[in-house]
Amino acid sequence: MSTRTLVSPATLARPRGRALYWTAFTGVVLLFTLAFLFPVYWMVTGAVKSPDEVARTPPTLLPERWHPDGYRDAWDLMQLPQHLWNTVVQAAGAWAFQLVLCTAAAYALSRLNPVFGKVILGGILATLMVPAQALVVPKYLTVADLGLLNDPLAIWLPAVANAFNLYLLKRFFDQIPRDVLEAAEIDGAGKLRVLWSIVLPMSRPVLGVVSIFALVAVWQDFLWPLMVFSDTDKQPISVALVQLSQNIQLTVLIAAMVIASIPMVALFLVFQRHIIAGISAGSTKG
Amino acid sequence: MTRTAHRRPVETIPVRPVKAPPPAGDRRRRRLTDQLRAHAFLLGGLLCFAVFSWYPALRAIVIAFQKYTPGSSPEWVGTDNFSRVWHDPEFTAAWRNTLTFTALALLIGFAIPFVLALLLNELRHAKAFFRVVVYLPVMIPPVVSALLWKWFYDPGTGLANEALRFLHLPTSNWSNGADTALISLVIVATWANMGGTVLIYLAALQSIPGELYEAAELDGASLLQRIRHVTVPQTRFVILMLMLLQIIATMQVFTEPFVITGGGPENATVTVLYLIYKYAFLYNDFGGACALSVMLLVLLGAFSAGYLRLTRSGEEDAA
Repeated sequence: MSTRTLVSPATLARPRGRALYWTAFTGVVLLFTLAFLFPVYWMVTGAVKSPDEVARTPPTLLPERWHPDGYRDAWDLMQLPQHLWNTVVQAAGAWAFQLVLCTAAAYALSRLNPVFGKVILGGILATLMVPAQALVVPKYLTVADLGLLNDPLAIWLPAVANAFNLYLLKRFFDQIPRDVLEAAEIDGAGKLRVLWSIVLPMSRPVLGVVSIFALVAVWQDFLWPLMVFSDTDKQPISVALVQLSQNIQLTVLIAAMVIASIPMVALFLVFQRHIIAGISAGSTKG
Repeated sequence: MTRTAHRRPVETIPVRPVKAPPPAGDRRRRRLTDQLRAHAFLLGGLLCFAVFSWYPALRAIVIAFQKYTPGSSPEWVGTDNFSRVWHDPEFTAAWRNTLTFTALALLIGFAIPFVLALLLNELRHAKAFFRVVVYLPVMIPPVVSALLWKWFYDPGTGLANEALRFLHLPTSNWSNGADTALISLVIVATWANMGGTVLIYLAALQSIPGELYEAAELDGASLLQRIRHVTVPQTRFVILMLMLLQIIATMQVFTEPFVITGGGPENATVTVLYLIYKYAFLYNDFGGACALSVMLLVLLGAFSAGYLRLTRSGEEDAA
């Protein structure tokens, strides 16, 4: 887009403007590289340094000798496959439950006119006013009463109670033209069939956004899994990292940190266009 | 806002197939089955909300007035929990730290993204690169960024002091010093979360009509005057919205203090949420934890209500 911004194109075209622009540009590139890329670079290379090289002052910019064992040790010693698998199971389940139950509920609220629909929607939206973390203790007690501690259901079911995603879906369903749905019903499609063959295919963009939100939320969460998984073998990677960080060699820990970051960073790099567009769009509309 | 809202044309008279009205009994049965089906669709989601959202909210209030230890029957104790929690020396520290953290996060984590977004919006090259790089830390799990910075903050061999030495500046204790610990955590949180804010600002800046800048420039407004009289008023809504969101988020900070400092040194980084965690899982005092939760809830509920009202009025403006 070449819309007019703070500085006019005419100013930029002048030699002084051009010089200033390229100075600012270089400055920002350096700043961004240093502030955001360098720490990541430091982490990835720190893991392949030898234990005494990582603790040396002044530090070495490039690993003197390549020690990929850091990654192998992390993989084996910290039981990363187990914890990664736990995280995958927790995230995938939360995603599936959220997609099925939130979509069904949003469809009902948007299209099926249930009695008390307005009250129910109000009750759901009211939970947006309750900051999630402030409720973790009573939520923990409830999960404990239900006997769900150390069970992935303790992640999956509460994830469904996500007013934000549900509302996002409902708003999207509201926008689907009535005629399309009515045409399908006249052709003899039932409500479930309409949802499955008409509404869902049309809602692909919003389903994508909700999916990413759901996956990222579980992968990044820390306090809730810390509370509900006291059993070490069931813990997701974030909790395991903190528990194990106390008595493990630094290079091994760093390698484990890199491994823990890879799935989400990869997801981001693959879907960055959509993720960034989603964040940007969500804001201007308010 | 400036984006033209997608609007459907005014509905014309709907053409519906004319069907003979079914007999009254049939119609009622139809309506009942419709309702049953609608509620069947709602059921799963609704149960989850009831059990994991509405019930815990009510339960927090009830337990706040009880002596509650799992396994034994609860006992009503009136406002004992509140007064006990209130007189805990950690209580004052936790609230002071949380409020300071929020204030510092607003100061640092608010000004910097705005300036960055302003800068980025002027740049004409490599926009995609900037957007990806600034958002990269957001995708790194918070636990990893906390551990990463814990390593950077190491007073002896950490990168933070190494950078200071390189610039011939005095070194710092960072997260290990009682007076620098809190600000060190704010830096981590800002680094890790700035990406989203920058992107949202960037989108808001891009929606400002260029004519406004042109007109201001013709009137002789300098660069700073253009920022003050065009950019800020035009993005006021987004600024306010993000400010409320950030207050709500930073008041619930937990991961950074838990992972990096463990609340120390000398309680310098114990936050309210951390204290709630301690009451529940260290002291096994769920009444106290819920009393604290209710306090946090009341305070943050006010900010959330303001935020929701703001977004709703923004939506109406946009429609």
